[in-house]
Amino acid sequence: MSFPLLTVTAALPAVGAVATAAVPAARRTAAKWLALLVSLATLVLAAVVLIRFDPGGARYQLTESHAWIPDFGVRYELGVDGIGAALMALTALLIPFVIGAGWHDADDLEGERANRRWRPTQGFFALILAVEAMVLVSFAATDVFLFYIFFEAMLIPMYFLIGGFGDRAHAAGEEEGAKQRSYAAVKFLLYNLAGGLVMLAAVIGLFVVSADSLGQGTFSLPELLKARASGDLAMATSTERWLFLGFFVAFAIKAPLWPLHTWLPNAMGESTAPVAVLITAVVDKVGTFAMLRFCLGLFPEASSWATPVVLSLALVSVLYGALLAVGQRDIKRLVAYASISHFGFIILGVFAMTSQGQGGATLYMVFHGISTAALMLVAGFLISRRGSRLIADYGGVQKVAPVLAGTFLIGGLATLSLPGLAPFVSEFLVLVGTFSRYPVAGIIATAGIILAALYVLVLVQRTMTGPIRRPEIEKMPDLKVREVAVVAPLVALLLFLGVFPKPLTEIVNPAVEHTLSDVQKKDPKPQHPVAEHAGSDDKPAGHGGGDHE
Amino acid sequence: MSPVNYVYLAALLFTIGAAGVLIRRNAIVVFMCIELMLNAANLTLVAFSRMHGNLDGQIMAFFVMVVAAAEVVVGLAIIVMLYRSRHSASVDDANLMKL
Amino acid sequence: MIGLLVGVPLLGAAVLLLGGRRLDRSGHWLATLLAAASFVIGAVLFASMLGEDAESRAMHSKLFSWVPVEGFQADVAFQLDQLSMTFVLLITGVGTLIHLYSVGYMEHDPKRRRFFAYLNLFLAAMLLLVLADNFLLLYVGWEGVGLASYLLIGFWQHKPSAATAAKKAFLVNRVGDAGLAIAIFLMFTTFGTFAFAPVLSAAGEAGEGKLTAIGLMLLLAACGKSAQVPLQSWLGDAMEGPTPVSALIHAATMVTAGVYLITRSGAIFNGAPDAQLVVVIVGAVTLLFGAIVGCAKDDIKKALAGSTMSQIGYMILAAGLGPIGYAFAIMHLVTHGFFKAGLFLGAGSVMHGMNDEVDMRRYGGLRKHMPVTFVTFGLGYLAIIGFPGLSGFFSKDQIIEAAFGKGGTEGWILGAVTLLGAAITAYYMTRVMLMTFFGEERWRKAPTPSPAEPDVEPAAETRGAYTPPHPHESPKIMTIPMIVLAFGSVFAGGLFKAGESFVGWLEPVTQFEHGHSPVSATAVTAATIVALVLGVGAAYLQYGRKPVPALAPRGSLLTRAARRDLLQDDFNHVVLVSGGTHLTRSLVYVDNKVVDGAVNGTAASFGGLSGRLRRLQNGFARSYAVSMFGGAAVLIAATLLMRAV
Repeated sequence: MSFPLLTVTAALPAVGAVATAAVPAARRTAAKWLALLVSLATLVLAAVVLIRFDPGGARYQLTESHAWIPDFGVRYELGVDGIGAALMALTALLIPFVIGAGWHDADDLEGERANRRWRPTQGFFALILAVEAMVLVSFAATDVFLFYIFFEAMLIPMYFLIGGFGDRAHAAGEEEGAKQRSYAAVKFLLYNLAGGLVMLAAVIGLFVVSADSLGQGTFSLPELLKARASGDLAMATSTERWLFLGFFVAFAIKAPLWPLHTWLPNAMGESTAPVAVLITAVVDKVGTFAMLRFCLGLFPEASSWATPVVLSLALVSVLYGALLAVGQRDIKRLVAYASISHFGFIILGVFAMTSQGQGGATLYMVFHGISTAALMLVAGFLISRRGSRLIADYGGVQKVAPVLAGTFLIGGLATLSLPGLAPFVSEFLVLVGTFSRYPVAGIIATAGIILAALYVLVLVQRTMTGPIRRPEIEKMPDLKVREVAVVAPLVALLLFLGVFPKPLTEIVNPAVEHTLSDVQKKDPKPQHPVAEHAGSDDKPAGHGGGDHE
Repeated sequence: MSPVNYVYLAALLFTIGAAGVLIRRNAIVVFMCIELMLNAANLTLVAFSRMHGNLDGQIMAFFVMVVAAAEVVVGLAIIVMLYRSRHSASVDDANLMKL
Repeated sequence: MIGLLVGVPLLGAAVLLLGGRRLDRSGHWLATLLAAASFVIGAVLFASMLGEDAESRAMHSKLFSWVPVEGFQADVAFQLDQLSMTFVLLITGVGTLIHLYSVGYMEHDPKRRRFFAYLNLFLAAMLLLVLADNFLLLYVGWEGVGLASYLLIGFWQHKPSAATAAKKAFLVNRVGDAGLAIAIFLMFTTFGTFAFAPVLSAAGEAGEGKLTAIGLMLLLAACGKSAQVPLQSWLGDAMEGPTPVSALIHAATMVTAGVYLITRSGAIFNGAPDAQLVVVIVGAVTLLFGAIVGCAKDDIKKALAGSTMSQIGYMILAAGLGPIGYAFAIMHLVTHGFFKAGLFLGAGSVMHGMNDEVDMRRYGGLRKHMPVTFVTFGLGYLAIIGFPGLSGFFSKDQIIEAAFGKGGTEGWILGAVTLLGAAITAYYMTRVMLMTFFGEERWRKAPTPSPAEPDVEPAAETRGAYTPPHPHESPKIMTIPMIVLAFGSVFAGGLFKAGESFVGWLEPVTQFEHGHSPVSATAVTAATIVALVLGVGAAYLQYGRKPVPALAPRGSLLTRAARRDLLQDDFNHVVLVSGGTHLTRSLVYVDNKVVDGAVNGTAASFGGLSGRLRRLQNGFARSYAVSMFGGAAVLIAATLLMRAV
């Protein structure tokens, strides 16, 4: 048996979490370093996954399969396609930055409660690692039930991270802040649990359906897909649609899609910046990822049936999120609404059912993770300096802290998808992919890029430019070495992937082709194709299949 | 005498017991009324046993008596403790079990 | 080699931005050197290009595959043909001069290093724009110059007005960019590619409807970047940037990108007469719009900005004429690059000597104090109004002729508009000239509050004891670029016109047809000169003969409207800004109360329900007994009922 790389990759942070939690109360710096080292080691392992992954090879690679609950056909099955590998890499990539940026986030609490046997620093970093482990399993799981368990389980550490470690600075005072924080945490938990419950019903339904038509019920995605393709897995149309809805609602809450989005601004606004990054850049990606992996693959007919509605909701998300971002007074809530707009783009790309759209959506998940991390973490540094989340409390920061302002601007420009930075590539692909099948939707979504410029530039203008109006800002220090070390690699990545995204597209492309063939869709043909592509190496194998959709 | 009359008598006893449980406040009286209801049930069991010529009902009645005896032990102990702490045997005074 | 053109200034930007304070002393020279280096590379390429046949001059170079996704192949690849070459020389040439000028102009600015980094970034993006061999890469350069423009307009971002202007420029440009993006989508769905060569060669096969749609979207993009109606509002505000920026980006190069785009996509427009008509209309309207605004502004830079808008209107109009106009559009673009950059640098030089005063009513009689500036500005002035023999005369005259050559009623209307534009140009430029360099030295007296704009507070230092500025000539490092540009303004037009050399040079790319003008070329030239004389004369009567009031008179309705950019900003404000604000506010309300309200409502209804149910648990043993009894009764009744049925 080959080396269980995926299991080790996911288990390492879990073990690290336990170890971090066990560090004695007095040695909190040791706990931080331990957590950072574990996350870096996980990054190395994830990089190995990415390197070992062969884009030309089988659909699911590095597979592991063990019986778990044989009575219910539940197996411990892992395996990654290009999409999963890319997102595992994103997760492993971001966690060290989250840890680095949150280095002091749990320190203040420590001072207060040092006399008790309470170890918030250890807990904070252990919880982050726990989330990482669960997210990694979710991206690698090819067993629907296994996926479901981790999809739900990651809510628990997230709940504690949101509720237990908010910003100390709260406009409404410490006590009110704690109240809003626990409101946000409970809302996050209940909202997502409700989605999970619906999904559980659908998961059981799927098992029953598979048991009915295959004789032996299974949760294994590869087997289900095979049965689906060969026609063995027969589902009544209405059953398929109900099951699709069950899965989709859970993912749409997690993603989040309008109108199921309202937990996100609360959760991101009340938690610390690194935790907010964890929510939007890592945990939420599981939702959109699962749409691609489970909804489209298992329920192709229902996916096509739901496409018009999903696309409309995604479009509403794009515009609505952007407009609300313009209207926010709180920096973190602004980023949260911007993320809602971006998730709209991702879902648009997924359901456009074109290779550009889905390839773009996958890249979008990765690039949005990096760009939001850059913007949000710098915003967190800013907030920690001034002790306020309100945009109106800033102004003229550029003058006293040019590096902070510069990186904030780059994060913002990435958020508005400036060409040359990574998110542009993905956003353009999503838009092209959407436009080629649904021109009107494509044009409406394009309006989103104008609104993105609006909310980013208004934010930059109000916080960074103008005269310094407040004495607190005059004394504001620029980014420290630790903070630069956190932001600089992210900025470098944004630039590099913006210019040279090819390594990633090569890994993602075959997976997208598989997904498209699951739903039996082909890219629309250009009306007047140019006979010879100048400088392109268009292979007829993948593209020239049929003339009809 | 037709065994049906025993059933009527049991119904009467049960009604008296139920009414007592619902109306009276004194814990001892409520307790007695519960006993009354249990014995009404016993009476029906025995009566039906006789009517059907089947001994199961009588065996059941023994079980009920054993349970009733156990209940008396626990119940009286609770009532005594209640009286000691509150100087009252009214069931309405003991309402700590609400949310 | 072509990649180097872009790479050299990009390297400069990166080094300067990352280099930190170490480069504060030398950074500007490095930047200037790199700009000059890319000019040299451009010149070498130009020389090698001249050695080739006209038809085989285009060079291609593919660097790497950028975004390869099934069916969607975007490469980082360059194409250098005659059209791009013209732009490369203009951009790097004028760019280098302006780098040089900025060394003097920005000498005392603490952020000079960053300024030069942004200038280099701009050069790189602009070169990318003109060198790209596909529309997606062009889009990268297109937004790249927008970014550089944003950074440079907002360079003095401690001023709220500069920060606002920068944001506005970026946003308005973004609207245009969205147009370009949609045009690329349309190309992709129509042709399956967006590289220049295949798209343009296959343009004829697509239907006219498709081409019209693509053309209109490209026009939207051009309107944004080139400040054409209806997306022109940002250019005036963009003058908040340092003057060298206004000269380079907002006069000579970036704002002409729209003309480049339309000329480059000529094959698409040729197949879409409706789109061409719209292009021509946009050009004509902007031409007049900009000219009228230019007449009313007292801020020297804003007057020049109005002029830029108007001159680009000429170019867009010419480009909209099709093959009879493309070459002239580009020719005017180049000559305009020379004289308008020269004029802006002159304006900068004047401001430099006048303590950064921009109000022309506070100038006057400066010719004695700044002779070099006066002469170079004067030559630029003569060039722009089309004084016979100078650059502007040749290039503008050609456009007017081509406008008549469009034929039919359209030709007459366009010809008349361009002639009228020429007259107004002569008028407002003479006004600028007279108010700045001639007449009474109004700056000697302290300013008084303006009756026309009573809300404008006089600056603090002017309220107390007024110390008049000491106008002085700028240092050599600033005057030399101005002199070079003045040479360009004088001779470029004649050089291009001689033997139709420019048209012949561009012909392989843009094609060329002679228009069929209903009036002879001589007549057009005569009419142009008449328009010129009329314009100059009118301005002389108004501003040369009479002393210029130091405070702006109230003016007619039109003047007041023109001062406010023909109310376009007010329109934007009322419709877009406040409309948008209301929309977002109400959406925030909806999100909190309706969408989130539904969520919280669901939660609250469960909470309320459980609150009700909780009351049943009152702790009274007897009430539990009642419910047990009742429950038992109901169960028995139900059982009996079921039996009975």
